[in-house]
Amino acid sequence: MASAVIGNLAAHPVSNAAPRATQDPAWMRWTLTAIALLFLTFFLLLPLLAVFGEAFRRGISAYFSAFADHDAIASIRLTLLTALISVPANLVFGVAAAWTIAKFQFRGKSILITLIDLPFAVSPVISGLIYVLVFGLQGWWGEWLMDHDLKVIFAVPGIILATTFVTFPFVARELIPLMQTQGSDEEFAAISLGANGWQTFWHVTIPNIKWGLIYGVILCNARAMGEFGAVSVVSGHIRGETNTMPLHVEILYNEYNFVGAFAVASLLAVLAIITLVLKALVEWRHAQTRGT
Amino acid sequence: MSIQVSSIRKTFGAFTALNGVDLNVPSGKLVALLGPSGSGKTTLLRIIAGLEFADPGSGQILFHGTDVTRVPAGKRKVGFVFQHYALFRHMTIFENIAFGLKVRPRGERPAPREIAERVRFLLKLVQLEGLEGRYPSQLSGGQRQRIALARALAVDPKVLLLDEPFGALDAKVRKELRRWLRRFHDEIHLTTVFVTHDQEEALEIADEVVIMNQAKVEQVGTPQEVYDRPASPFIYQFLGNVNVLRAQALAHAGAHQPHPSALESDGRVYVRPHDIEVVPHVPGASGMTAVLRYVHAAGPQARLTLEQVQTREIIEVEIARSELSQLELKAGDLVNLRLRQGHSFVDDYAI
Repeated sequence: MASAVIGNLAAHPVSNAAPRATQDPAWMRWTLTAIALLFLTFFLLLPLLAVFGEAFRRGISAYFSAFADHDAIASIRLTLLTALISVPANLVFGVAAAWTIAKFQFRGKSILITLIDLPFAVSPVISGLIYVLVFGLQGWWGEWLMDHDLKVIFAVPGIILATTFVTFPFVARELIPLMQTQGSDEEFAAISLGANGWQTFWHVTIPNIKWGLIYGVILCNARAMGEFGAVSVVSGHIRGETNTMPLHVEILYNEYNFVGAFAVASLLAVLAIITLVLKALVEWRHAQTRGT
Repeated sequence: MSIQVSSIRKTFGAFTALNGVDLNVPSGKLVALLGPSGSGKTTLLRIIAGLEFADPGSGQILFHGTDVTRVPAGKRKVGFVFQHYALFRHMTIFENIAFGLKVRPRGERPAPREIAERVRFLLKLVQLEGLEGRYPSQLSGGQRQRIALARALAVDPKVLLLDEPFGALDAKVRKELRRWLRRFHDEIHLTTVFVTHDQEEALEIADEVVIMNQAKVEQVGTPQEVYDRPASPFIYQFLGNVNVLRAQALAHAGAHQPHPSALESDGRVYVRPHDIEVVPHVPGASGMTAVLRYVHAAGPQARLTLEQVQTREIIEVEIARSELSQLELKAGDLVNLRLRQGHSFVDDYAI
């Protein structure tokens, strides 16, 4: 502990001394801080409050009756199902891709990295259209799918595919730089001590990337639940069947059911806030374990 | 257990890391692989460990006569210590050392009590008892390296391989730890190969030094052999300071009579700074005349920088501090230099 205190003192040399070279005049500091705070208030805090304000405009019972609706419950269930499938899928894929990229040298590595980034680069609407093009009735496999009585587009599988595609990069992007900085020495050490590949992976690799992995999964989950564009294209907007929460919000809003729309939106907002709290918690925990 | 390496080649794309390397490590010896960075020494060590594989069809690695060229690292019974320790950062020291025993298949795995005993024994061996519960990040560099050694020894290896084991430590700890390693080796007599780019380190603790340069082994010998009889100009310059003088200039100055063939081709003569004698300047006396430029007297030996009067070559000389005070020299003085011994590589002849 003592050394930590000394470290802190060294890191913040006497704060009441003469102004440091990197310090700007007071008026500039206050102006910049004020601009930042105003920006945050108008673009983030007020919209968020507006969502809750609108949702509770007709009182608490009106708010909760929005969730009693059969279609609303179906949309919540579909959103959770989608996240439940696409997040684990991307978890497995992300770890595998990051492991391959960070620990091995091979031809075409930079192409693979670029491909992983692709879902971030293209508009989600286009991602959705790609799936319509492939699995839709007029698409490449449309006829074959229809012959076998399989529905992908305008059905749950299409929604899950599109969501998985859009949230593809989160875990891998989080892990690649982390694994690259950690290097492969610990894995080599484990192997030279007689561990097999599986033991090395579970006992050495996974614990080392644990926090980055959790972080990536949280972000991936947030996006999976909130995705609108790609899902909108492949969903077909069938009430009670292929509407996820974001799509349901849009429909209610278009029908002038503002309380219902904002109530469902507020639930999404709460999920987002929980995600952010979890993310902050993970970062804090990670800093703690680093510190010891 | 002895190690034989025969005609091993390793290429990374267009880069040749090892170009037909042969090596013989006798059982129970402490051998240094010494060379500048990029000479292939670490690659060779990793190939011996099985962490890297030689180019297909290139050569063999034998452990005590058994071919292990295609045997995976975990089955070679090799202990490997990494330059940056590579301790498992999320495990305690106890778990780190026990790792190699805990990952064994169920039938061969010792009981938890035996593992605990073994860990305590190893911690005692590396003189770090009581650190079981700490994490690697709570240890100093020297402690971490000894834990890495204990971890490698836990699986009872037949060969110990160390990759720049002291490279990441500061000068004082490095010196202590390398002497400790020497004593440690004398106790356990495990065939050990360590990689280093520090010639002082290799010469101080190794039984045998293998000098590598540009993907090849240049010379193998005891520290004294390689220091006194370097096989090539590269080794001469790599192992300590050396003056490179022109043979004709030396003969002309009457400082020494180099070999005729060296004279003919005006070859280079290699002279260690401590093999040059400094005497007061007397006109007409033997030896070459030089002007004293600088005196560096901070240290056990005085280092003099001189300039040859005729050729203007710069010559470094080391003499005892007592000798320096006897000579009463100061910058600008004229002195005569005599060579006790030098070496020229023309026809491999030493003068």
